Amino acid sequence: MNVVQNFPCFSIVLCMVAGILSTPMKGKDAKRMTLTAVTLVTLMSLVTLLYVVSTGESFVYTMGKYPAPWGNEIRAGILEAMLATVFALVMLCSLLGGMDHIFRTVEEDKVNLYFILADLLLSSLLAIIYTNDLFTGYVFVEINTIAACGMIMIRRSGRSLIAATRYMVMSLIGSGLFLIGLAMLYDITGHLLMENVHESMERLVEAGQYQIPLLVIISVITVGLAIKSGLYPFHSWMPDAYGYSTISSSAILSGLVSKSYIILLIKIFYRVIGFDIIVRSKIVNVLFVFGLIGMVMGSVSAIMAKDIYRMIAYSSIAQIGYVYMGIGLATEAGMVAAVFHILTHAVTKSLLFLAAKGLNDASGHKRIFPALQGAAFRNPLAGAAFLVGSLSMVGIPMLAGFISKLLFAVAALGAGSNKVLITLIVLAVSTILNAVYFLHTVIRIYTPVQTPREFTNIHVRMSMGAVAAVYCLIILNFGMGLMSQPLTDLIQFGIEMFA
Amino acid sequence: MGPNLWANADEVAAVILFGVGFTTLLLHKNMIKKIIGLNIMDTAVYLFLAAMGYVDGRLAPIVKDGITDTQWYINPIPSGLVLTGIVVSVSVTALMLSLTIRLYRKYHSLDLDEILIRMQQEEQR
Repeated sequence: MNVVQNFPCFSIVLCMVAGILSTPMKGKDAKRMTLTAVTLVTLMSLVTLLYVVSTGESFVYTMGKYPAPWGNEIRAGILEAMLATVFALVMLCSLLGGMDHIFRTVEEDKVNLYFILADLLLSSLLAIIYTNDLFTGYVFVEINTIAACGMIMIRRSGRSLIAATRYMVMSLIGSGLFLIGLAMLYDITGHLLMENVHESMERLVEAGQYQIPLLVIISVITVGLAIKSGLYPFHSWMPDAYGYSTISSSAILSGLVSKSYIILLIKIFYRVIGFDIIVRSKIVNVLFVFGLIGMVMGSVSAIMAKDIYRMIAYSSIAQIGYVYMGIGLATEAGMVAAVFHILTHAVTKSLLFLAAKGLNDASGHKRIFPALQGAAFRNPLAGAAFLVGSLSMVGIPMLAGFISKLLFAVAALGAGSNKVLITLIVLAVSTILNAVYFLHTVIRIYTPVQTPREFTNIHVRMSMGAVAAVYCLIILNFGMGLMSQPLTDLIQFGIEMFA
Repeated sequence: MGPNLWANADEVAAVILFGVGFTTLLLHKNMIKKIIGLNIMDTAVYLFLAAMGYVDGRLAPIVKDGITDTQWYINPIPSGLVLTGIVVSVSVTALMLSLTIRLYRKYHSLDLDEILIRMQQEEQR
């Protein structure tokens, strides 16, 4: 066995150990520990990705001494390794970019707790990405929820407490549904490892047994994970949760946490139940419809939002809609577009949140739009970052967002005839709405101030870490936009590996 | 349908309980009742798992009198899942309770609607 094959397991364990070791530390030491751990995880995931690409096949890593079908397993293919790399990198950038905000808004003796939560969150994200066992998936989904909730509520304002409560209630409903779905799935298949469940599932479908329970399982699991990831009608917790927590938390939650559930859902679709069975069950059409509604409604709410953080949060709802729309097209091209958009959104949304924080700092910590006028002159880097992020979200060529919109449109053309027109129309409408609120904000931050106010002659200097993080995310955005072909090929190859 | 329902009475009960817990968690305004709903919901899943793993007339999956023949014991995996699930639900409950305490200290109410109103009043001041 190659050394690299240990890396997925190492990176999960490393984050957990870093979290445990941070417990007695002071905030500053915990910060160093966490940043080291996240950097190491990024590097290990990258090496894993290169290894998997070079061998051209996925590998399974047995946890403990019991082999399948009893033991627990980790599986790493191209898609898993790629997602792990991007997620760890975005996590690193979000933490670096929001570092001064963490130290400013979190009480001094609780700063180390924030980093413990960040460690736990990353380890559960990686475990959800890599796991080959359904119940392990469930446990880490819960750990993810707990860590995310902690990251919202660690800022002790009333708003963030209520946001955390609502987040928790919706998440628990989602994971309750997911859990009963798993219990029923185990009931009719007798396995928990993804491959074994899939085998039994194929036998059951061939024999025509348990059709109704199977449908119930599919819907319960899908709805559960859709609630957790904030698909349109279940989005009410999102604006508050993203708008009133520490900026790193907002970036991580919107960019990574809600995406991890979608990734688990895609894994279940392909590796557990089988994509043909999912398509035949018509559940994808439900996701498709709600995805489309979400794309429009999220953007409409974003236009009406009164402050910049809530606007970005509402925009996340629209982007989640895009992803589910891609899944709902029920073709491989749609799935590739959805996965590409997950990556796009992860790098763009974290950039937008960091930029918004920079603009906010340059406006006397006021978050309403009038105060932000001319903020791009007071903090040029944040202004540029916001510009890049906005253009990417709107879908201007050369940026990542353009490629995902292009992929969605191409995928829509290949989907069933009754989905083509509606998808293209909604895609166009949503793009225009995106342009309305993002460009409106861009114009406002680049409009010089007429009547100077006390904060308008501040010139903010961002810390080294934040500057590096913002540059890194901007480069990622351009990189994904300019070199999209190899990336989409990799995603396609990764999805084929799933089956 | 009828005989199936009767033969799987435990599972049916579990699913009904799940529904009760689910609606309580979703619809109740009171935080404590929400938490009770959460616990009913999780426990219903454990009942489902335990009922599924149980085989009439067999022993708990702990080796007794040196018998290692699997025919004597029930399936140990659902029991293991229940144990793991209990750990998860305990930690989630603890987190919810701590959130409730914080909310109560700040707003002196357990009713979520009331809390929202008080928060808005506080922000306007």
